Amino acid sequence: MHPAASVIVFTTLSGAGFGMLAWLGIDSTPSTGWGAFGYYFVAFALAVGGLLSSTFHLGHPERAMKAFTQWRTSWLSREGVCAVLALTVMGLYAAGLIFLGEALSILGWIGAILSLGTVYTTSMIYAQLATIPRWNTPLTSLLYLTFAIAGGALLTGKVTIALVLLVAASFVQVIWWKKGDTAFADRGTNLGTATGLGDRGEVRSLAHPHTSPNYLMREFIYTVGRKHVQKLRVISLTLMAAVPVVLLALFGANHFIALIAVLSHIAGVATSRWLFFAEAEHTVGIYYGMR
Amino acid sequence: MTDLPTSTEKKLGLVIDLDTCVGCHACVISCKGWNTENYGAPLSDQRPYGEEPMGTFLNRVHSYEVKPEGGAAQTVHFPKSCLHCENAPCVTVCPTGASYKRKEDGIVLVNESSCIGCGLCAWACPYGARELDQAEGVMKKCTLCVDRIYNENLPEVDRVPACVRTCPAGARHFGDFADPESNVSKLTAERGGMDLMPELNTAPVNKYLPPRLKDSWDDESVLAPFLEPVAEETQGFMGWLDKQLSRLPGDVKQTEGAE
Ligand code: SF4
Ligand code: SF4
Ligand code: SF4
Repeated sequence: MHPAASVIVFTTLSGAGFGMLAWLGIDSTPSTGWGAFGYYFVAFALAVGGLLSSTFHLGHPERAMKAFTQWRTSWLSREGVCAVLALTVMGLYAAGLIFLGEALSILGWIGAILSLGTVYTTSMIYAQLATIPRWNTPLTSLLYLTFAIAGGALLTGKVTIALVLLVAASFVQVIWWKKGDTAFADRGTNLGTATGLGDRGEVRSLAHPHTSPNYLMREFIYTVGRKHVQKLRVISLTLMAAVPVVLLALFGANHFIALIAVLSHIAGVATSRWLFFAEAEHTVGIYYGMR
Repeated sequence: MTDLPTSTEKKLGLVIDLDTCVGCHACVISCKGWNTENYGAPLSDQRPYGEEPMGTFLNRVHSYEVKPEGGAAQTVHFPKSCLHCENAPCVTVCPTGASYKRKEDGIVLVNESSCIGCGLCAWACPYGARELDQAEGVMKKCTLCVDRIYNENLPEVDRVPACVRTCPAGARHFGDFADPESNVSKLTAERGGMDLMPELNTAPVNKYLPPRLKDSWDDESVLAPFLEPVAEETQGFMGWLDKQLSRLPGDVKQTEGAE
C-alpha cells in the first residue's frame, strides 16, 4: 500500500492524542487550572491535528460531514462519530477542570472510553480489510491500542506505567510483524484463485492491461524500500520504545528528558506506521503478477 | 445506505468467456467511450501523450499464461470489471452512503455527489474494480451501463452494456442470474462458470467461463493416417528446380552423421 504522509501523520498523532485523553480522563488526582490547560492543549492539538491531516487525502473534503452518516456499517464513519463524541465529552471535562477547578469524574471516564473507542475504530478501518491479509487480524487493533495507551502514558508523565507499556507495545509489534510476514501466503489467495485457472497449471502474468502504472498500481503495489524493512523495524523499535525506556530509567522524568523521550517515541511510531502501509500487500497486486 | 440488501429481485451481471476472448481491448475502449460522456463525471486521463500516461478505466484486460504440468502453455486474455458482488465489501465500508447496491437489480453504483473520495471502497475491493478519478476526486466503477440497459431512447439491440455490444468475439454476455432460464444462467451451468477469489466470500455475480482445453503434444489426430505425405521425391519442374538450388552454396546440409 502506498504510504500516504497524511494517513501516517493522522494515525501517529491522533493515536497519541486520544491515548493521552484516555489517561487524563481517568486521572483520580487531576491537575486543574493552567496545569490542566497545558495537558489538554497538547492532547487536543495531537488528536485534532491528526484528524485534520487525514482529510488531506480526500478527493472532496468539503463533503466530509456526510462521512458521519453510515455508522451502521462503516468503521470509517464510526471513527468520525466516535472522535467527535470523545472530543466533545473530554472538552467539557477539561473545561470543568480548567475554569471551575472541578472534576466531573463520570464525564472523564466516559470520555476516556470514547477516546480509546476512537483508536479502536481507527484500527478496525484497517483490520476489517480481507484484501490486505497483513492487516486483517484482531492483532491490528491490539497494536493500535497498546501504542496509543503507551504513548498516552508517556505524554501524561506516568513514568512507571509508561515503561511497562512501552515494553508491552514492543512485544505486540514484534508479534504483529511476525504474523504479518506470512499472512498473505496463509490466506491462500494467488493468481490461481484470482483467475480461476489455478487448477489447470501454473498461471503467470504475461502482459499488464496498460503500459504505465495506473491508480491501482500506485495505490496498492508499493515495493520501494522493501529491502530496508528489517533495518527500519529495528530503528522503529529503538525510537519508539528503547530510547524512551532507557532515558526515563536512567534520568527519571525531568522536563527536558521527557521531551526527548516523547519526540523519539513519536518518531518511532511514525516509522512503524510507514512500515504498516509500505509493507502491506493488497490482493490487487496479484492480478499484476506482483505483490 | 451502505447496508447491503438481503436479496435483490434481479441479479444483473456479465458472463465473460475466457475461451473466446481474443484480448483485443475493444471492450475497454467502448466502455471508456460510453462512460466518459454519460453517467457521472468523465473518465479523465493524465498525461495522455506524455511520459507515464494514466487514466481512469472501468474495464481492463490482463493477459495470462497457464502452463499445465508437462503440457503446452496457453495464453488467456482476462477482462476484468466490477463483478457486482452480492456480498460487496466495497459498499459496507463507505462512510458516506455514496456506494450502494440496488435492491431491484443488484447493480453496485457510486452516487458521485456524496462521494468524498476517501478511497476506502477501492481498498476493500479485492479485484481492483474501482479507480479514483484523479481529476474529479470521486470513485469510478463499472455501472453495468445502467444508462443503456433501461434506456428507451436506444434501439432495443443497443440496450446492453457497451462492452457486451462491442465485443467482436462474443466473449461478454449480459443477463439476469436470478432467472435460471436466462442466457447467462444457462451458459454458467453448461460451461462451469467460475467465481474469482471465492475464498474471500464476496459472492461475485459476474461469472468467468474457463477456456476449453487445447490439444496436447501427445494426442494424435484421428485423421493422421490419411495425411501420409503424397510425394516423397519431388518430380518434374519442381524436382529440377530443387536440384539446381541444391548445387548453389549456402544450403543447410542435411547429410546424415555430419555434425
Ligand atoms: S467487484 Fe469490487 S467494486 Fe465490484 S462489487 Fe465486488 S467488491 Fe465491489
Ligand atoms: S471513495 Fe466515495 S464511494 Fe468510496 S468509500 Fe469513500 S466516500 Fe464511499
Ligand atoms: S458494463 Fe458498461 S461500465 Fe461495465 S465494463 Fe461494460 S461497458 Fe464498462
